[in-house]
Amino acid sequence: MWNVSVSPHVRSNESVDKIMWTVVACLVPPLLLSVFVFGVQVLLITAVSVISCMAVEAISQKLLGREVTVKDGSAALTGMLMAFVIPPGVSFLIPILGAVMAIYIGKHLMGGLGYNIFNPALLGRAFLLATFPVAMTSAWLPPLTDGAIFTYLSSGVDAISTATPLAVLKEQGMLAFREAFGSPAEVYPSFFLGWRPGCIGETSGLLIVLGGIFLMYKRYITWHIPVSMLGTMAVLTWIFGGDTLFSGDPLLAVLTGGALLGAFYMATDYVTSPSTRTAQLVYGIGIGALTVLIRIKGGYPEGVCYAILLMNPLSSVLDGWFKPKRFAPPAGGEK
Amino acid sequence: MSANLTFPKGGVHPPELKGLTEKLAIEVMPLPDELELILGQHIGAPCTPTVKRRDEVSEGALVAEVTKGLGVPLHAPAAGSIKALGSSAHPLRVSAPSITIKTNPEAAPATWEVQEDWRQSTPEELLKKVHDAGIIGIGGAGFPTHVKLKPPADSPVDTLLLNGAECEPYITADHRTMLEKAEEVVEGGKILLKILGIKTCVIGIENNKPDAITAMSSAVAAATEAGFDIRVVALEVKYTQGSEKQLIQAITGRKVPSLALPSAVGVVVHNVSTTRAVRDAVVLSKPLIEKVITVSGRGINRPANLLVKVGTKVSDIVEFCGGVKPDLARIVLGGPMMGFAVSTLDIPVTKTTSSVLFLTEDEIDSRELSNCIRCGWCLEACPMGLEPKEIGIYVEAGRPEDTAQFGVFDCFECGSCAYVCPAKRPLVQFVRLAKMKAKR
Repeated sequence: MWNVSVSPHVRSNESVDKIMWTVVACLVPPLLLSVFVFGVQVLLITAVSVISCMAVEAISQKLLGREVTVKDGSAALTGMLMAFVIPPGVSFLIPILGAVMAIYIGKHLMGGLGYNIFNPALLGRAFLLATFPVAMTSAWLPPLTDGAIFTYLSSGVDAISTATPLAVLKEQGMLAFREAFGSPAEVYPSFFLGWRPGCIGETSGLLIVLGGIFLMYKRYITWHIPVSMLGTMAVLTWIFGGDTLFSGDPLLAVLTGGALLGAFYMATDYVTSPSTRTAQLVYGIGIGALTVLIRIKGGYPEGVCYAILLMNPLSSVLDGWFKPKRFAPPAGGEK
Repeated sequence: MSANLTFPKGGVHPPELKGLTEKLAIEVMPLPDELELILGQHIGAPCTPTVKRRDEVSEGALVAEVTKGLGVPLHAPAAGSIKALGSSAHPLRVSAPSITIKTNPEAAPATWEVQEDWRQSTPEELLKKVHDAGIIGIGGAGFPTHVKLKPPADSPVDTLLLNGAECEPYITADHRTMLEKAEEVVEGGKILLKILGIKTCVIGIENNKPDAITAMSSAVAAATEAGFDIRVVALEVKYTQGSEKQLIQAITGRKVPSLALPSAVGVVVHNVSTTRAVRDAVVLSKPLIEKVITVSGRGINRPANLLVKVGTKVSDIVEFCGGVKPDLARIVLGGPMMGFAVSTLDIPVTKTTSSVLFLTEDEIDSRELSNCIRCGWCLEACPMGLEPKEIGIYVEAGRPEDTAQFGVFDCFECGSCAYVCPAKRPLVQFVRLAKMKAKR
């Protein structure tokens, strides 16, 4: 007797594990840079986040009587992404609690991998923002310029917290922003490379874009969501983001507030984003528009997290509206 | 010759793996001791035997006739005596009624000679010969050929396509047939044109077979004749290039509507090996009793292209091809994308078997399925524009009856979706389940 199964008998060598761990690997360079910018405690926070997410996944699956699939890398990826969107000066308790929210409530109570409606990492961040509003909005650290990456570990972080560029811009205006971060010519390169206050993983636009391009090269993601989201943000910020119409700074908008991280790694999450190309374009435009709306009119300076969470539940609706084009309908039209 | 034609949407590129056999000339396999003729070789009701146990039959003699519905008769592939009217192992139905023939090694093989000039016959006479010779689509579909040659009166046909795409990995049977029997394929094409009463014939071949394209082009050029407009086109190498609807779109740009036949857009498609069988049926009055199959995979000691009698058992093929290797993991009748895995060597080749593959563990993929992560790769791969992921999710959720909205009845089970699925979901299996339960 031989092994029988349904065709096809050959299959591509791609797998969920391979995709997830590849995305995790793409996040390693921005993490390493973050260690040089904010010090080694970001490595510890990220490790705590990843390990907690994997542990919560294993425990949740045991509790719910499901197969334990922690090795597939999806929980590790959530842990990595959640660490990337929390400030570098928070206590280790924060990522642990975030992991419970993201993985147990956000993923496994929703049905497990593939059935969650909201991006677990962003759900974790939204939960932490609501429960630890002070830490989550003030534990920013000024970039280290002397390579002394152990500084914050020994001195504690409370005394030296700073403010993020978008918060300064929103609360104190462009003049204060210029004073704190410099002229546009100085700001763009330093923001693109990563030398500015911000969440652990969102500082280096360059490394995030490079990772995103690698994922496109691997065909794990396509350009549709990142380009439509960032393009919408740039255009709307240019029109409405300044003191007068058509005077906003589109480049600043995409370089700050985790927009690049959100566009390439969060909004492209397979489970919570649409599958057809047209639906993906509409979804990206929706996230871009909501982000700008929140930044300009809302109470939060960055907006990307909530914009994605607001669009997540619309993914399946959009897929229903923009179905793939059938080969040919039946003669005489669809029944 | 124009640029390589193809269909625009979907399709996948599995490793071709044709190198194992593409250079090997067709060998005639010696007559086995026993042949098992499954009565239901074609799409339609199985035939009824016209012989009884211990009857002596000659090569090519009628042994089973169509008694109801659509079908074609069955003939003795070799001289011998009827050993049993029983049942045989079957890749899909587990077991199926069959006739077992004990072959007579003493009997001289039949000689099939040119009977008469088919050009003098009427299309009706030719059509009857095709039916009487038991010709069905031997590329795999098994649809009776004479039925496809009588398109409905309300959809006139203007183009005949001969399918030499052979887009499944490993298989080289059509390739070798086109290379070694090009003139016969072209003559078969002319006979089909005459039956259909049209003059245009296009032969489509994937461009991974440049030697076959050359051979067929020369055969076409050498057989130039008034009233027959035949040409060869190269097709891009992409699975499912050889599927009927995709082939028609690639070559003519026409789209066959959902649930309709190719004749709805004025086209009839026949496989090149079927076309050659039609030529043999008409020119030699030879019924379909043998066929070229590819024996391949890393699990067989001597891969080959073999001319075998219909009813030859896989076990005899294994013996002729030097036995299997110890790491053999799966045996597939047909191609690796759409073929059927079988659980026993004691299974006979039918008219539609294009290959027997002996696959080792590293050629197949036995990874377990996981949850659908909605990556949408199956949507990109599907040549029909369907939503395999949704069909799978609905079937798993116990709602197969609601899957018609995702196009389940347009699915021809090519397996492109399951091929690309990173979660290793058995999407073809889900589709088959859905088709049984879904409401049209």
